[in-house]
Amino acid sequence: MSSAVSVHVSVNGEAREAEVDPRLLLVHWLRDELGLTGTHVGCDTTNCGACTVHLNGESVKSCTVLAVQADGAEVTTIEGMSGPDGLHPLQAAFREKHGLQCGFCTPGMIMAAADLLNRNPDPTEEEVRHGLEGNLCRCTGYHNIVQAVLTAAESEVRA
Amino acid sequence: MTPYVGQAIRRKEDPRMISGRANYTDDISLPGMLHAAIVRSPEAHAAIVSIDKSAAEQRSGVVAVLTGEDMAPDFASGLPMAWDPPGVDINVPDHWPLKRGEVKHVGDPVAVVVAVDRYLAVDAAEDVIVEYDPKPVVVDPEAALEDGAPLVWEQFGTNKTHEWAVGGGDVAAALEAADVVVEQRVPNHRTSGAPIEPRAAIGEPRAESLTLYSTTQIPHIARLLLAGMLDMPEDKLRVIAPDVGGGFGAKLQVYGEEALVLALARRLGRAVKWTESRSEHMTTSHHGRDQIAYVTLGAKRDGTLTGLKVRIVADLGAYMQLLTPFIPELGFPVMGGCYRFDAIDVHFTGVFTNKMCTDAIRGAGRPEATYWIELTMDKLARELDMDPLELRRRNFIPKEEFPFETKLGIVYDSGDYHGSLDRLLENFDIEGFRREQAELREKGIHRGVGFSTWVEVCGLAPSRAVGPQGVGLQAAFWESAMVRVHPSGSATVYTGTSPHGQGLDTSFAQIAADRLGIDPENVDVLHGDTDQGPWGWGTYGSRSLSVGGEAVAKAAEKVQAKAKRICAALLEASPDDIELADGRFQVRGSPDKAKTMAEIAFAAHVPPQELPAEIEPGLEENSFYDPENFVFPFGAHACIVDVDVETGKVQVVRYVAVDDCGPAINPMLIDGQVHGGIVHAIGQALYEQIVYDEDGQLVTGTFVDYALPTAAEVPSFETDRTETPSPVNSLGVKGIGEAGTIAATPAVTAAVIDALQPFGVEWLDMPHTPMRVWNAIHGHGHGNGHGPPSLGEHGMGSAGSGPSSPDEGGAP
Ligand code: FES
Ligand code: FES
Repeated sequence: MSSAVSVHVSVNGEAREAEVDPRLLLVHWLRDELGLTGTHVGCDTTNCGACTVHLNGESVKSCTVLAVQADGAEVTTIEGMSGPDGLHPLQAAFREKHGLQCGFCTPGMIMAAADLLNRNPDPTEEEVRHGLEGNLCRCTGYHNIVQAVLTAAESEVRA
Repeated sequence: MTPYVGQAIRRKEDPRMISGRANYTDDISLPGMLHAAIVRSPEAHAAIVSIDKSAAEQRSGVVAVLTGEDMAPDFASGLPMAWDPPGVDINVPDHWPLKRGEVKHVGDPVAVVVAVDRYLAVDAAEDVIVEYDPKPVVVDPEAALEDGAPLVWEQFGTNKTHEWAVGGGDVAAALEAADVVVEQRVPNHRTSGAPIEPRAAIGEPRAESLTLYSTTQIPHIARLLLAGMLDMPEDKLRVIAPDVGGGFGAKLQVYGEEALVLALARRLGRAVKWTESRSEHMTTSHHGRDQIAYVTLGAKRDGTLTGLKVRIVADLGAYMQLLTPFIPELGFPVMGGCYRFDAIDVHFTGVFTNKMCTDAIRGAGRPEATYWIELTMDKLARELDMDPLELRRRNFIPKEEFPFETKLGIVYDSGDYHGSLDRLLENFDIEGFRREQAELREKGIHRGVGFSTWVEVCGLAPSRAVGPQGVGLQAAFWESAMVRVHPSGSATVYTGTSPHGQGLDTSFAQIAADRLGIDPENVDVLHGDTDQGPWGWGTYGSRSLSVGGEAVAKAAEKVQAKAKRICAALLEASPDDIELADGRFQVRGSPDKAKTMAEIAFAAHVPPQELPAEIEPGLEENSFYDPENFVFPFGAHACIVDVDVETGKVQVVRYVAVDDCGPAINPMLIDGQVHGGIVHAIGQALYEQIVYDEDGQLVTGTFVDYALPTAAEVPSFETDRTETPSPVNSLGVKGIGEAGTIAATPAVTAAVIDALQPFGVEWLDMPHTPMRVWNAIHGHGHGNGHGPPSLGEHGMGSAGSGPSSPDEGGAP
C-alpha cells in the first residue's frame, strides 16, 4: 500500500478532510469512511450507475473516480439532495410516480436525473430515456422512472 | 369511507429509499468487522493439486486464509437441495461452501481470505496460489448425454441427473387423431437474475449465538438450513434480511457464502462481511432457464387441439442448489397453457455440465413453458393458414368451465381468456395495425406484432400439492402473519414473506388497515427478521400476496373479532351487533354508540372495570394460512417491434398488456410489477444471455457483456386489467410479480418473426441479437441456431446451439 494522501472535499456542503490510500475509490470513501451509504455499488465496470454522485455539480460514477481525484471538489450525494424545505422535486416525483421498487438504483437514478434536468430542464421522453442510459434498473422497467423525471421537470419548469 | 384496499396509495417504503437512508446488507458495518474475499477456480473442471497460502498469510492485516480442507470441521453437511420426488432418484453430489479435491465450474470457491479491510482481502486472495490439474469439460447439455461424454461426476457414471414425467390422456392416440402435427425444437437460453444489488452476507457472533445479515428472499428457510449445516440449534441463529435490492429468484437460495461468513464468525469471534462483485454474481449466483424443449403439437384441420407432447432437456450445471432439479418442472401445471387438450405428456431430463447451477429466476419454469406453447401455437396457425388469435380462441378453456381440471389433474381456479384477449384488442386495433404494417413495408420499415395469451400458476402453496406428499419438495408453503395492535391503536404487522421491492409494506398495511379500522400510515409492516415474528417461507413464486397477504387478512380479522368483543363489553352490547364502519366499531343501527380502535386497544391493554375477566388482555393474533390450491393469473399481451433489416437490430416500439390478477390491492404496485417483468423478458428475448465457451469459460462475466436493457431500449407500456377473482382466497387475489416475465418473451419473438414474414423467416431462437436476425434475414441458418456458432454472440454449449431433433440430440 502506498502512503496515504490527504484530501479536502466538501461533501453535501460540509468540509471533510481525510488521509486516504491513493487507490481508494470515491464510492468506498463515501460509504465506508463517511457513512454515506445512500450511494450504492452495483457493478465492477461502470455500467450500472448505482454509484452516481455529483462532482462539482455534474454527475459522475463514483466507482470510477478515486477519492484523491475529488480533492478540492464539491461532492453531492443523495443524502444532500433534500434541503430545509423538504424533498428535492425529483425525490418527491419518484415517490409520486412509483419510480422505485427495491430502491437500490434509486439514489443513482435521482442523481443522474438531476444532472440531466440541470442540462436540459424541459426534456422529451426520448431525451430522458437517453439521458438515463448509464443507469440500470432491474425492477421498474423504467416506465415510472421516466414518468417521475418528466413530472419533476414539469413542476420545476412551472415553478 | 372508501376501503384502503384498491387505492393507489403511495409507498411506505419510499421515504427512506429516496433519501439514501435505506439499509441494505452492504451498508451495515459492525464493530471490529472483518472482510472476506473468495479465491475462485479459473478452471471449469480440475483436480486441486495444491494450495499455497503462505504469501497471503504473510500480508499484514490478513487474519485467516482457509481452504475447503481447513474448513471441513466447520460444516456438518453441504449446501441443501430440497426436492425428493417420490419414486425418482436424483443424483446429488456433495456441495461444500469451499471445494475439496475438485472444482466443477469456473468460479467454484476453493479458499477464503479474511482481512481487516476489503481491499486487503482481495489483494491477499490474489496471493493464494492454487495448482490445478485440468480435466475434460462438458458444456453442451445434449452432448453431455451422449455416450463417451466427459463426466462432470464420475461417481454417477452419467451426466444425467434425473428424469421426471407427467401426463394425462393418451398422447399417442391424440397425435394420431390430429390432421396436422407441428414439431419444434425450442431452446430457452441461460440467463442471470442480475438484481442491481449484488449479494452480501455478514456473520456476527454474539456469545453462544450467531446473526446472519443477508441479501436473502428466504430468511426463515435460510436459518433452518444453515443451522443444520453449521450443526447448531436453530434458535441460536438469527437471520436478518434488511432492505434487499431486488432478487428475481437469484436470492431465493441458500448460498455457500452465507454458511462461510457464519462459520468464520464462529471461528474468529468477530463479525465477517462478504460482498459479491458483479463478476462474482455473473459467475456464481445461480443462473436461470437453460432448457431445450422438443414440442409436438397436434390439431384437427379446424384448429381444435388434440395432443401435446414435450421432451425437455434441462442444463442444471455442476451441482444441485436448493431447487435446481425442480425448476424446469415447476412449469408443469400450466404446460397446456390456456388451452384444452385431449392428452398432454411431458418428460424432463436433467443434465450436469461444467457450469454454474441453474435454479429459480423470475418465472422459473413457467416462462419456458409459456414460450414454447405460445410460439408453437403460432407455428400451428401458419401451418393451418389460420389467424393465430382465432386458433387461440377456438381452444381457450371457456370462462363457464372454471374451476377447470386439466389433463394433468391440475385445477385452474378461475379464468376468462376470451375476456382478456377481447380487452387487449380494445386497446390494440389489429386491423389498423395490419394496414399500417403493409404501408410501412412499402417504405422498407419492417414492423411486426406478436401475441401471448398466457396463464401462469403461482402462489406456492398449497403444501399438500407441493410438499412431501405432493410433488416432493421437502417443505411446506403456508404463510404466517402476526398482527399486533399497540395500546395507542397503531399496529405492527409481521409477515413471514420477505419482500425486496414488491411494496408489501404498503399493500399489507392496506389490507390490515381496512380490517382494523385504522389508517395504513399507522400500520408498520415488518419482515425479514427471524427473531421478530412467526416462522415464514419467504418471497418467491408470486406467493406473497395470495398466501402472505391472505394470512395478514386472517390475522387482522381475528384481531377485529376480539376488538368487537371488547367494544361490545365497553358499550354493553352484544359482540354480534358490533360492526366496523367508517373506521369505527359501532353498534349496528346506532352509529352514535361507537368506539375507535385506539379506545379499544387501550382498554385491551389497560382493562377497565367493564371488561369481563374472560377476555384476555392484549390485542395480538397470529395466522398460519395454507391455501387449498394455487392461483392462476392470466392475460393477453401484444408486442410491436421494428426490425432494421440492414443491421438486424430489433426495437420494441409498443407494448400493450392486459393482466388479470384478481381484484387490485394497490393498482400502482401491479403496474410497476408488470412493467418490470416485461422489461426483464425483453432483456432475455433481445439482449441477455449467459455464454460459456467450449472450455467452460464464462464469456459474459460483467454488465459489459451481459446486456441488461436500459431506459433507451424500451418504450413506455400500455397496461390494462380485467379482474376475475380467485375463489381460492378471501381477497380474490393472484400473483403478479412474475406475470410480465412469463408473458412477454413469446410476444417479442412472435413480433420479430411477424416482422420478417417477407423474408420467409419461420422461426428464431432467442436472444434476437442483430447478428442472428441479420443471418435469418439473409438466409444464413434461418436463425434457428443451425448457423455457424460465433462466440460472444451465440456461444457454444448453451441452449441455442446444437442438433435439431431429439433423435440427433440424444434427447429422450
Ligand atoms: S457501481 Fe456500477 S457504475 Fe458504479
Ligand atoms: S428499483 Fe430496484 S433496481 Fe431500480
